[in-house]
Amino acid sequence: MTAHPPARDDAIVDVRGLHHTFGKDVHALAGVDLAFEPGIVYGLLGPNGAGKTTLIRVLATLLQPTRGQVRVAGVDVLADPVTARTRIGLAGQFAAVDEYLSGRENVEMVGRLYGLSARESRRRTNEVLEGVGLTDDAGRLVRTYSGGMRRRLDVAASLVGRPQVMFLDEPTTGIDPRNRLDLWELIEGLVRDGTTVLLTTQYLEEADQLANRIGVIDRGRIVTEGTADELKDTLETAVLEVGAVADDRTVVARVLEELTGETPAADPVRGHLRVPARAGTKTLLEVVRRLDEVGVEPTDVSLLKPSLDDVFLALTGDRPTSVDPATPPAARTPEEVR
Amino acid sequence: MSAASATTTAVVPRAGHIGLRRVVTDTLVLTRRNLLRNVRLPQLLLFSTIQPVMFLLLFNFVFGGAIGGSLPAGFDYIQWLIPGLLIQVATFGAGQTALGLTEDLSKGVIDRFRSLPMARSAVLAGRTFADLGRNAAVLTLMLAVGFAIGFRWETSFLGFLGGFAIALAFGYALSWVMATIGLLVRNPEAAQSAVFLPVFPLVFASSVFLPTQTMPDWLRVFADHQPITVVANALRGLMLGQQALLPGQSVAGEVVAAIGWIIGITVVFALLSVRIYRRVQSS
Repeated sequence: MTAHPPARDDAIVDVRGLHHTFGKDVHALAGVDLAFEPGIVYGLLGPNGAGKTTLIRVLATLLQPTRGQVRVAGVDVLADPVTARTRIGLAGQFAAVDEYLSGRENVEMVGRLYGLSARESRRRTNEVLEGVGLTDDAGRLVRTYSGGMRRRLDVAASLVGRPQVMFLDEPTTGIDPRNRLDLWELIEGLVRDGTTVLLTTQYLEEADQLANRIGVIDRGRIVTEGTADELKDTLETAVLEVGAVADDRTVVARVLEELTGETPAADPVRGHLRVPARAGTKTLLEVVRRLDEVGVEPTDVSLLKPSLDDVFLALTGDRPTSVDPATPPAARTPEEVR
Repeated sequence: MSAASATTTAVVPRAGHIGLRRVVTDTLVLTRRNLLRNVRLPQLLLFSTIQPVMFLLLFNFVFGGAIGGSLPAGFDYIQWLIPGLLIQVATFGAGQTALGLTEDLSKGVIDRFRSLPMARSAVLAGRTFADLGRNAAVLTLMLAVGFAIGFRWETSFLGFLGGFAIALAFGYALSWVMATIGLLVRNPEAAQSAVFLPVFPLVFASSVFLPTQTMPDWLRVFADHQPITVVANALRGLMLGQQALLPGQSVAGEVVAAIGWIIGITVVFALLSVRIYRRVQSS
């Protein structure tokens, strides 16, 4: 594939042959190799149960893997987790903030636990709260915060110790679109300030929007890796999409199947029919001519470059979750079998 | 010290290590955090103070008259009850250690702590110290009500203070038992039952509310030797004197036995819970 892992010395995260087995036969990680350079957002994209959270837990020193090598920011995480912890920040799937402390107290406490002096922790707390836009609410108890504010506070708490690498485990799962945009902006800001971010997500849009590089993880393995465009290019075949009024769709489907030998897939929302167009524009012309012959007038004909969605489907055989808030988010389901 | 060895230590740092000073700071930071939660969680504060006072009033005024007859001669029930209730309340209070820990586990707070370069022992130490502080406040309040409805120590103020200290120390020892239970159970709802299942029979099959003489022999053998009775006896000896004890028991003997139990329980369960904490993967 198109992956070019950086040389070991340059990589800020370097994972080799990582395996983890829960109990006897749940292979959460089945040989993960992953390496990327500092200063980017690396997006780890995969369906529920793919191993995303397990991988993050190993990287964040929370889980001792069955075997493999893990280096983060130049530290062997398995041999020296204490030093590794001084260089990482973690914001998990739940906002791990205290309801009965104020926003400021939460962040200051984490600062102290990073080893900052009381004064330094106060100063740093003001900085990061400003950075996540919570200065005005810093004195309120967190129990009065919205879900989005809690996530932002959680990120602020992870930032207080100036980590070189931030691990964000599904940072926007289960929060509303407005807050999602705020968090995306926040993450982009982190990278501008020089933090490297590894984020997991089930949302293609999120990976597409934020990640400089994307690794697709499925069943405990990185199945492909590259930029969003590179991943789209891996599916060379374009897709032909034909729209027609409902009465004509059966005829259109038959025509498409005759010409391409493939059963068309129907777009569940608009009812548009899709087939792979192996011959590109030539397929398109043929389809239009045949439809004209049988007397069907399509409402829409377009040739599409494959979406990340198609890539995902081709690689994992699984539809990714949509960010459309109409679909109930699997927000609070623990991802892994533990 | 040679120059060479000084250079070596400076240039090659040991793999990351958390010093004793950090253990102390981290423990203080987390103790404060846990205490703040206590103060700001209104229900917790309400129930942890009202419930013991209610127990005190109910037992004294409902059962007091009937029970009075089976007490050693010359005792009002309130005199018997207060030392026992101190133990009962300290025991129930220790249960909060398990509940607090499981709540932190289920909310991902423990994950955050474990990903920080902090002293791991501070999580459990901060939790048990905070619960000790809360127990001290609740016991003090209960004693105030006790004094208001007639409790008086019959030995000396020092004896009374000694008894109070033993009650707190016993509660602290039990906090480590509860920490162990909480780490094993992990789930806040399950912890609730897991904690109170052993606590109820231990508290009732003891000398906390009544002298043990009226119990059937098999139960009495258990009741007389289990730690809650031993500690309650020590408290009564210290606060009320020799006449509150059964023939054959001495104040010094009961106090030594109580301290033995307290130290034994603390050491065993502190080691056990730290061990479990190290490998717990959280929820």
